[in-house]
Amino acid sequence: MAQSAAVATPPPKGKASKRRSATPRRLPYLLIAPAGLLMLGFIAYPVVSVFYYSLQNYNVTKPWRNGFAGLDNFTRIFTEDEQFWPTLGFSAQWVFTQVTLQLALGLALALIVNQTFVGRGISRAMVFSPWAVSGVLTSTIWILLYNSSTGFSRYLADAGIGEYGTSVLSDTGTVFWAATVSELWRGVPFFAILILADLQSVSKELYEAASVDGAGRLRQFFHITLPHLRDAIILATLLRGVWEFNNVDLLYTLTGGGPAGETTTLPLYVANTGIEGHDFGYASALTTVAFVILLFCSIVYLRLSKFGGDNK
Amino acid sequence: MTAALVEKKDARTPGPSRGSSAPPPSSPRRATRERAFDDVPRWQIYVPLGVYLLFTLVPFYWMFLFAVRPAGSTSLVPWPMTGAHFSKVWNERSFAVFFQNSMIVGVATLIATTLVALAGGYALARFDFKIKGAFMLALLCSQFIPGALMLVPLFEIFKNLQMINSLGSVVIAETVFQLPLSIILISGFIKNVPVSLEEAAWVDGCSRFKAFCAVVLPLLRPGLIAVGSFAFVHSWNHFLFALMFLSEQDKQTIPVGLNTLIGADSVDLGALAAGGVIAAVPVVIVFAFIQKWLITGFSAGAVKG
Repeated sequence: MAQSAAVATPPPKGKASKRRSATPRRLPYLLIAPAGLLMLGFIAYPVVSVFYYSLQNYNVTKPWRNGFAGLDNFTRIFTEDEQFWPTLGFSAQWVFTQVTLQLALGLALALIVNQTFVGRGISRAMVFSPWAVSGVLTSTIWILLYNSSTGFSRYLADAGIGEYGTSVLSDTGTVFWAATVSELWRGVPFFAILILADLQSVSKELYEAASVDGAGRLRQFFHITLPHLRDAIILATLLRGVWEFNNVDLLYTLTGGGPAGETTTLPLYVANTGIEGHDFGYASALTTVAFVILLFCSIVYLRLSKFGGDNK
Repeated sequence: MTAALVEKKDARTPGPSRGSSAPPPSSPRRATRERAFDDVPRWQIYVPLGVYLLFTLVPFYWMFLFAVRPAGSTSLVPWPMTGAHFSKVWNERSFAVFFQNSMIVGVATLIATTLVALAGGYALARFDFKIKGAFMLALLCSQFIPGALMLVPLFEIFKNLQMINSLGSVVIAETVFQLPLSIILISGFIKNVPVSLEEAAWVDGCSRFKAFCAVVLPLLRPGLIAVGSFAFVHSWNHFLFALMFLSEQDKQTIPVGLNTLIGADSVDLGALAAGGVIAAVPVVIVFAFIQKWLITGFSAGAVKG
């Protein structure tokens, strides 16, 4: 009771009530303190140290060269590094393909399982299930499917389709689509779940009214459903794009960035440089560049898509 | 989210059923209601759904098949079955230990994330304070920071804390990267609980904390289930932190163990498949429980929050 009074009115200055009234004012800070401290220590500090190391020569295998490097690392990225541009290009291709296809399939899937039909509950559970599966497990499953001797291609060859011993993961012509399909397998449910959740809040009266006015299902989709989903789609594609850019576990375990560096994304290249090459300074500079590119693209995307704009 | 469900039902019940022709006998009421304004031919649902279900389920089946059929068999039916691959990975490839480690990491991350995010989410939902805007901004920005690219500095931090090869390092790292989204989600859920409910409890003499536990917490159940299961599933699945921070074999987790099987000189497909099934079982069980809550949880807080 006393506390509710303290919240409702500004805390009185009297000494007797000081302890009680001070609590609500400090309370929010106490409540965010654990989260704030954890994020300061394990997100903010690492970010700052990455910026710091990007200006240093820092390589545990060549300690005699360690020290301030100025912008040398960055010059090296843009002028000497022969892997930077190809990995950046592959990252862009990867993110674009994944986000576009995941959105298209996820939207279609959400619209289907939003209908009322017999077996809806179990169908939802099954089509969403790969969402819960890890990148390493996805790799495991698709390695079994893509395996050249006992995988899917063997049974296709038995049936007279294709050749025996086809290995899609080691052929530069097929590896991109092989990796794409396996990432789609676990990525589509994310979009489907988010979009389905947002579909729950479309007012049914709108559809009834449109249908009374003679609008077909296609027009209803473009004039009611899509505008309603707009913000959710923009947010989901952005989050997913960032996630697909950053996430390395599937490609790391499925293709290892190969064959011949064909499927190495920028973060995978950074990880190799920093962890296997022990060149922390250069890896930090690459990280900084990746971070800036990501931030720039995100801002441009939000601007161009007019997120949170007119329709509400 | 309950409001949304009620609203949905209300919107569907009224009005006479226009096209009440031949509803499926199993649930005539539901079908009639739907047909009233939404005449999607059944085949337009079942055909694409069937195709997509095949794409989803065949890979799972494939893994299961490889895990239970004897080595050397090329049968497409999982019969006769063998448990040999399972006992091999469980005992010889230390999946028993990996499983236990993954469980510890998953449950600890779940508890830590939920508690810390509840506190932070409550502060954001119920108070106005000076650094609120900055805190929100920090939460949003941290979504753009790639965990994979933070590996090197995080490694150095945990080395200085002498936490390399301790499961605690992975728990902390997982919790930290789960927090921003969890806080945003939970604050959305708390905002949906009317303050007046809490105030009524205060008037009845409850402390703020007591009122929160008695009034708000029960209503947060779907949201907490969604957030908690996110945290569990993500930490169960996450690979890079465990790979980097835990180099001793008896400290490793399931994804790292799977990666070792993948990277073995001659890949034992049966063992790999059995390891995959072991990795999948807990998340599939969690998912089966939560998938309904997931939709309602998201529609309540996430996108509109």
